[in-house]
Amino acid sequence: MRLTRRTFVGTSASLMALGLGPVSAQERRGGQLVIVTGENPRHLNPAVQSGVATAIPGTQIFASPLRVDENWDLHPYLAESWALAEDGLSLTLNLVSNAKFHDGMPVTSEDVAFSIMTIKANHPFQTMFGPVESVETPDATTAIIRLSQPHPALLLALTGALCPILPKHVYDDGQEMPTHPANNAPIGSGPFKLAEYRPGEQITLQRFDEFFIEGRPYLDEIIIRIVRDASSVTLSLESGEADAGMITDSTAISRLSATDGLMVTPRGFEGIGPIQWLAFNTRVAPLDDMRVRQAIAYAMDRDFILNALMRGVASSQKGPIIESSPFFNPDMPSYNLDLDRANALLDEAGHPRGADGTRFTLTMETIPGRDSATGNIPEYLRSQLREVGIEVELRASPDFPTWAGRLASGDFMMSMDIVFNWGDPVIGVHRTYLSTNIRPVIWSNTQGYANPEVDDLLERAGRETNFEERKALYGQFQDIVGEELPVYWINALPYHNVFDDRIGNPPLTIWGMMQAMDQVYWTEDR
Amino acid sequence: MAMMRYILQRLLYGLILMLGVVVLNFFLIHAAPGDAAEVIAGEMGGTTEEMMAQIRAHYGLDQSIMVQLWIYLKQIAMGDLGTSYHFNRPVTELILQRLGPTVMLALSAQLIAMLLGVVLGVLSSRRPQGILSGFVSVFSTVGYAAPVFWTGLMLVILFAVWIPLFPVEGYVSARFRGTGLAYALNVAWHLVLPATTLGILFLAQYARLSRTAMIEVLGADYIRTARAKGLGEGKVTFNHALRNAVLPILTIAGLQFGNLISGALLVETVFNWPGMGRLAFDSVLRRDYPTLLGVLFFASAFVVLANLLTDLSYRFADPRIRTGGR
Repeated sequence: MRLTRRTFVGTSASLMALGLGPVSAQERRGGQLVIVTGENPRHLNPAVQSGVATAIPGTQIFASPLRVDENWDLHPYLAESWALAEDGLSLTLNLVSNAKFHDGMPVTSEDVAFSIMTIKANHPFQTMFGPVESVETPDATTAIIRLSQPHPALLLALTGALCPILPKHVYDDGQEMPTHPANNAPIGSGPFKLAEYRPGEQITLQRFDEFFIEGRPYLDEIIIRIVRDASSVTLSLESGEADAGMITDSTAISRLSATDGLMVTPRGFEGIGPIQWLAFNTRVAPLDDMRVRQAIAYAMDRDFILNALMRGVASSQKGPIIESSPFFNPDMPSYNLDLDRANALLDEAGHPRGADGTRFTLTMETIPGRDSATGNIPEYLRSQLREVGIEVELRASPDFPTWAGRLASGDFMMSMDIVFNWGDPVIGVHRTYLSTNIRPVIWSNTQGYANPEVDDLLERAGRETNFEERKALYGQFQDIVGEELPVYWINALPYHNVFDDRIGNPPLTIWGMMQAMDQVYWTEDR
Repeated sequence: MAMMRYILQRLLYGLILMLGVVVLNFFLIHAAPGDAAEVIAGEMGGTTEEMMAQIRAHYGLDQSIMVQLWIYLKQIAMGDLGTSYHFNRPVTELILQRLGPTVMLALSAQLIAMLLGVVLGVLSSRRPQGILSGFVSVFSTVGYAAPVFWTGLMLVILFAVWIPLFPVEGYVSARFRGTGLAYALNVAWHLVLPATTLGILFLAQYARLSRTAMIEVLGADYIRTARAKGLGEGKVTFNHALRNAVLPILTIAGLQFGNLISGALLVETVFNWPGMGRLAFDSVLRRDYPTLLGVLFFASAFVVLANLLTDLSYRFADPRIRTGGR
């Protein structure tokens, strides 16, 4: 089952396919899983907060209507079946009848309706439930989502951290959602309940004995250890103090890959789609000229970046949609190192070399705190661009707010940036290229890129439910932005999951550890 | 009575100092580019202008800076340090959670540094050209010059990875569920490497200082007199010389307290020690003004208190100060 337009009714076969059958002798119960992370959550409610830090604990605490596997196939979760109307304007969710929140109250369609409308109103990804007009609740186990237009991203938006089902009886008390006290002591219906939250230090989750899937979860406890220092994260995994974690640093990846007893894999990040790119401010000269942006792209050797600077652990990324997505267009324009062509484009754009060989000077921003991911790319670009007569001044920001403020206000020329796709282009891709999203906030269209044809293609792709037609629209979109280059995509960030190799069924779906870990178990005593 | 008046006077000065620290830092952190709303937007993965405006209104960031300062000062006058923008919890609660670990780390490091530093300094002063003296000099220089995060990482690699005697990070083991003595021992086990790391930095200074002070004192006339009276070398060194050499060491101990807290910041980050230093560091990056100002308020209170205790310890250690030099 791919995420295409269809009418689907989940069956018990799907449950079996997801491994929801009887527990085999191998799937042992008990034990603790210690996850180490460098990300520090603001709170634990993914309904009003995106990001890995909240998503990992959030998906253990809150169940969602559906879940998705490593092949992008959907499976029942709180909704045992679902049906999309032929006109694509409504989706009916049939909920399981035995799900309970951690405080013993039943999960009903009222909770589903409340959650979806809360997410629509408060989540930063406004496009996720943008077309949702209302959610009807004809009975306790049926929720009908009414749409203003067909919404191909809807089913994926009902999975994992994107759609936690909140207890209406806890949250619907008139308090503001982003600062609701329950965000720090959440009650959900997921496989684990919050036992202790020490902000900035540790989150302890305990098995929820009344979880609605019989026999689950296998683990007794999940402990999420928040460790701010990247070296300490690596050493915790290496020494066995932690059993699982996420890393992006190429040195750490190499080091842990060579450690006995650990499995290190890039799998589990297909949903996030983390792309590193060089952003251009297309509103300022000389970057307002497409030929200058193309010349910069031709001056870079992506293979050198991937193999030498990233030590071969990062994968190539040639376009705005992550290359592992079915919507990626492999035939879109790409740029290989060609200094002659770069020089010719710059000459053609009216920027001859001066007496000292320099054509013009650009400034480049870097994201503070992301050095391990960015590596030496800024320094490399500086030396490469000097080859074609472009001087680059690196402008460091002392901290995130400084950098974010510069990009949001347009006070930049070029900047390294890392942006996530979040599963469906509607959620994580459109925001960068729609001219209607040129806004003074970070991770909008801060490049100031505007092309009516791109706007039209994205708007049509955003409501096209036929998979092939939608793919064709995204294909055209990628052709255009590939030529016009509002950003130059460099690589998929080398996120890697690390697991103790005694962990059975490690979470390697497209959401990785950002999905319920009720199926994870220890194959032997730890 | 005079002593009580002295203490009250110093406490009053301390309060004025703390107020100054809060006001100055309030303006400094507000002068930094960006605000908490931008950090929250970044952590949320982006947001809308409307949400940004909502966030700013919720935290009062849309008010003028003078209004914000007035509201903050009124709050702290009532004993309320506000609510953290990041954690959405009372700042006092966050600080009190971290106070114990930081005090424990700082005092343990101070104890290690002072005891070992003074002992090494005294021993090496007895034979200034000896092997031990040379070792203390080299160790002191290296210990003082090495960046504290480097020392920490080296100790972790050596004693937590290669020879796994101690844990890599944390205050208590993630899997540990004990209480009472078992809990205390688990914490102590985690404390060894961070306290040693921080201690090494200051140990070097104490060793050098006590060595120099002792060499000077050991050459004094009254020491010669003590020896001439036939007193043993141990009694001369520890009863006569050390007591006179200890004043500069006490002075440094008081003055170092502020440095100890700032050193703890790096050590807490390397060892994931859940103290105030890490909280302050993260608060700066997040523009979490209430939390940062709360930490600075507590830290300045500590420094004021440490200096007061140092002054009082002078009076205990040196009767001339107690009697005003009469």
